[in-house]
Amino acid sequence: MSAIDIIAADKVYANGVRALDPITLSVREGEFATIVGPSGCGKSTLLRIVAGLLAPSSGRLLLCSGADAEATHDRRTAFVFQSPTLMTWADVEKNVRLPLDLGHAGDASHADERVSRALALVGLQDFRRAYPRELSGGMQMRASIARALVTEPSLLLMDEPFAALDEITRARLDRELSALWSREALTVLFVTHSVYEAVFLSTRVLVMSSRPGRIVGEVTIADACPRGDEFRVSAAFAGYCARVSALLVAAMEPQREGAA
Amino acid sequence: MMRARVHGLALRYGAPFAVGIALLSAWQIIVTAYAVPSYLVPSPLAILVTLQRDWALLSRSLVFTLEITLAALLCAVVVGVATAFLFVQSKVIEASLFPYAVLLQVTPIVAIAPLIIIWVKDTTVALVFCATIVALFPIIANTTLGLRSVDPGLLDLFRMHRAGRWQTLARLRVPSALPYFFAGLRVSTGLALIGAVVAEFVAGTGGTASGLAYQILLSGLQLNIPRLFAALFLIAATGIVLSLLAALAARLALSRWHESELAHDD
Repeated sequence: MSAIDIIAADKVYANGVRALDPITLSVREGEFATIVGPSGCGKSTLLRIVAGLLAPSSGRLLLCSGADAEATHDRRTAFVFQSPTLMTWADVEKNVRLPLDLGHAGDASHADERVSRALALVGLQDFRRAYPRELSGGMQMRASIARALVTEPSLLLMDEPFAALDEITRARLDRELSALWSREALTVLFVTHSVYEAVFLSTRVLVMSSRPGRIVGEVTIADACPRGDEFRVSAAFAGYCARVSALLVAAMEPQREGAA
Repeated sequence: MMRARVHGLALRYGAPFAVGIALLSAWQIIVTAYAVPSYLVPSPLAILVTLQRDWALLSRSLVFTLEITLAALLCAVVVGVATAFLFVQSKVIEASLFPYAVLLQVTPIVAIAPLIIIWVKDTTVALVFCATIVALFPIIANTTLGLRSVDPGLLDLFRMHRAGRWQTLARLRVPSALPYFFAGLRVSTGLALIGAVVAEFVAGTGGTASGLAYQILLSGLQLNIPRLFAALFLIAATGIVLSLLAALAARLALSRWHESELAHDD
């Protein structure tokens, strides 16, 4: 069953820049799909279209097995941005509670329980009274993920959420996210620049070409989830990375020739 | 940690106090040594004696000037914040009205105060009106900037959750604007006092007595220079106290989360 159906959606900005060629893509319920591609290829644009933050210039977007995207966006979809985007004037609990306070994220009658559960899922239950400036970069990003999870979304969209973190923190958060996804049966559409992160996390890696972006290839990662550090040093991991890298290099060839 | 805190407090309050004592001492020594007559430059001690002797008169004037200043500041905050809210509702509204806010800023108050005093029957209201005009612009400009300086990611999040205009204003734009508002408030506090004094000068020439500016005017005409300096000292002290209160309000509102008010060891 599809969680997302993108049907020939493209995007041309008002200044005439064509960000996306028509893209057709399905993401199944419970899938962890990751988009990789060169900088400026339209990965984030595609994610923002799925989130309802941008309208496609043409084409259609269906969420949750054909349900109207407009009707389901707010309730079913959560977004984690590149930066934590926390309210600096509010503590962690108030930040996580925000989607419930805005009153459009489904039943908010058990708000306290949901906030506590979301904080526990990301390991921040002891930091509910802390302000964002009192947290490390990794903890801020976990608070941002908790804010997304508090709405109990069926679809989680993540736009390079760990890109600004150091390697060790990033690897740890990747492990935690993989475990969370397995436990919560989420559907995740993830964007990253990192081939290694994409392969570690995903059940399917989608490779986009240079702008105007389009899907030029995909690699299915069949290994069992959740994955641990042993997967990172396995031959299978190296093989998947090589395949995704080769697709990525091929996707960037026209850009290279153009640059030459 | 404790030592650094004591050092910080000594630097913040002790250093300016020491500079003030040194300057006053130098002033006293020079005036005494050269026997400068008090109708030219009175000594700090002579000013202090005058302040004590004329306290009944000067304190009444101080209260009057303070009332005008605080009323003008309150009006500037209410009108300025309301105008800023209006400006962020639409770029068209801001583009249409902002030049008129600038007009208020660039028009010298001494040029329009006589007209306002003629048009407005109640002199106190006229004085508050003049001081409000002087204090208004920093509140409008800073609050508008703050209401617009919102994290675009958070704005996207509010949009995703279908937040209404009021929710976005109350939960996102207003807290984001607080540091900017308090920066404007600190500037406007001083300007409200300046506006009150200037307006009193203009009104004073029309025959109305009461505020510290009128005492300065009257003392100058009577060559009572120690009282003139005493009134001047009260205006300066009022300005410093109001500025400290504005800084305290900013600290209370922002100290837990905004870098401008976080404690620094240096």
